[in-house]
Amino acid sequence: MNPFYASRRRTSKVAMALCTGATIFGLAWLTMILFTLFWNGFAGLTVALFTEMTPPPNAQGGGLLNAIVGSLILTILGIGVGAPIGILAGTYMAEYGRYSKITSVIRFINDILLSAPSIIIGLFVYGAVVVPMGGFSGLAGALALAVIALPVVVRTTEDMLLLVPTQLREAAVALGMPQSYMIRKITWRAARVGLVTGLLLAVARVSGETAPLLFTALSNQFWSVDLLKTMANLPVTINNFINNPDPNWKRLAWAGALLITLAVLSLNIVARSLSGGRNPK
Amino acid sequence: MTDVVVQEGAAAAPTNAWRAKALANFKTGDSTFRILAQLAAATVLLLLGGIILSLIIGAWPAITTYGVDFLTTQRWAPNARPNPVLGGLGPIYGTLISSVIALLIAVPVGLGIAIFLTELCPQWLRRPVGVAVELLAGIPSIIYGMWGFFVLGPLLADQIEPAIAEAVENIPILNVIFAGPASNLSLFNASLVLAIMILPFVTAIARDVFNTVPPVLKEAAYGLGCTTWEVVRRVVIPYTRVGVIGGIMLALGRALGETMAVTFVIGNSFRISGSIFAPGTTISAAIASEFAESRDLHQSALILLGLLLFVLTFFVLAAARLMLMRLERKQGA
Repeated sequence: MNPFYASRRRTSKVAMALCTGATIFGLAWLTMILFTLFWNGFAGLTVALFTEMTPPPNAQGGGLLNAIVGSLILTILGIGVGAPIGILAGTYMAEYGRYSKITSVIRFINDILLSAPSIIIGLFVYGAVVVPMGGFSGLAGALALAVIALPVVVRTTEDMLLLVPTQLREAAVALGMPQSYMIRKITWRAARVGLVTGLLLAVARVSGETAPLLFTALSNQFWSVDLLKTMANLPVTINNFINNPDPNWKRLAWAGALLITLAVLSLNIVARSLSGGRNPK
Repeated sequence: MTDVVVQEGAAAAPTNAWRAKALANFKTGDSTFRILAQLAAATVLLLLGGIILSLIIGAWPAITTYGVDFLTTQRWAPNARPNPVLGGLGPIYGTLISSVIALLIAVPVGLGIAIFLTELCPQWLRRPVGVAVELLAGIPSIIYGMWGFFVLGPLLADQIEPAIAEAVENIPILNVIFAGPASNLSLFNASLVLAIMILPFVTAIARDVFNTVPPVLKEAAYGLGCTTWEVVRRVVIPYTRVGVIGGIMLALGRALGETMAVTFVIGNSFRISGSIFAPGTTISAAIASEFAESRDLHQSALILLGLLLFVLTFFVLAAARLMLMRLERKQGA
């Protein structure tokens, strides 16, 4: 082997070793973060966590029931508002306006909304909902989450509908089906799994969001399901409890953090296995 | 759509009536659905307009009070008398510096992982490793913040920062950038946390664009006797350059606007320090920590910061998307 070739091989070996090292480095962070979460949060995963209210400072025990319920309400409401609009908008882009200029504009804007800082969404909802309504409310929080969920759903819906073969649509239209029935009975049904994936990803995305809730839903120390008042929710509760020296609050915050992470990660894994390799971005 | 009316004599009259009714139902259903879909699509556009409009309205008092000086003033004194003195230089500086440092760390590592996944990794390991890296993207940002605060912060302050500071003690410029005292809350800690957070975005996009390289190009290079690294360096990366840069811009867009993780570890200091081991603040961290208790001009200034952040990320993300679209077209052609 001539020395020039040997040096090229050496360079290649070194570069590839660095790439492998980078992968190990990346996976090490994931392991470390998960380890920290389990280490600090696992002890807190008790029955009381799901059955008792958030305790006052410097008390013993307590759970996160009001925060968990609040988070569920906000998420369901947020998805309930954002998802139908998102699916319809995605349907418009893939079915009605597939080749029109406006669709590429919408796609472009939607992609920007998809990556827009979530705190900006919070500011927007603060200006558009909280100020006119005269105070922080669960409704404002849910709307902020809806705005965050919308672009995720639009993106996956369009991607998934575009995967449906055109022949299916042509066959339906040839039978005399109006376009809207064709969309609902044929294309939606054919893309059902993909649409569900989009919803799951949207739920995963909004359930960990903290920044937009800080000044929309705020949080609430007590049980409240009134949408017009501030509403307890896991992320903001964690944020408030972890920054407090009270060890009981800290324990609950770690348990809540573990809970959210497990929920989000399992949603992501389910969504990924549903979509089976095609990963919607 | 034209309707075909079939005349079949008097006996068919009731059938025709039903058919007309069914057709009419179809028609209303059809047009209602179409209009709903159009409205939903319009909502996306309106949303962007609404966000910009509401930010401008909210920021207007601050814009008229401070004008361009807002961008060059470092002092942030919301309680100053008689009028609050508010300048955005500190958070703007912190946002840009922390994002740039995060990119400097995340881009080489992310590209390395993508190269590993596309060139080196055995087939059976590709999916698990790919999913694991993507899971990093799914972890809520507040978790990164907690981890950065309780685990990474002490580690940096006790071990890594003093070591770096000592190593560069006598090197000019570097001894200012890496000057002590080490602290849990610093621009450096925030940048590292950001780097970990954007790593999966860089990796996922780089992997996807690397996979668009036609195998025949790579095979030809290997056939000429290229080593793996040469194939990556001379074939894969030049072919996908636009896409990789697009992915990096997308990650930059994320880093600029990241809130919770940064708020936990950056220390919320509006003073600009030459050292990256000193506390700082970013636009999003400033908004997250002060907005709920702010009012009047202070609140308006925070919204103005938000507007600046949105404009900044808008251009970065728009550039990213345009670049990625260019690659997609190339692939389609």
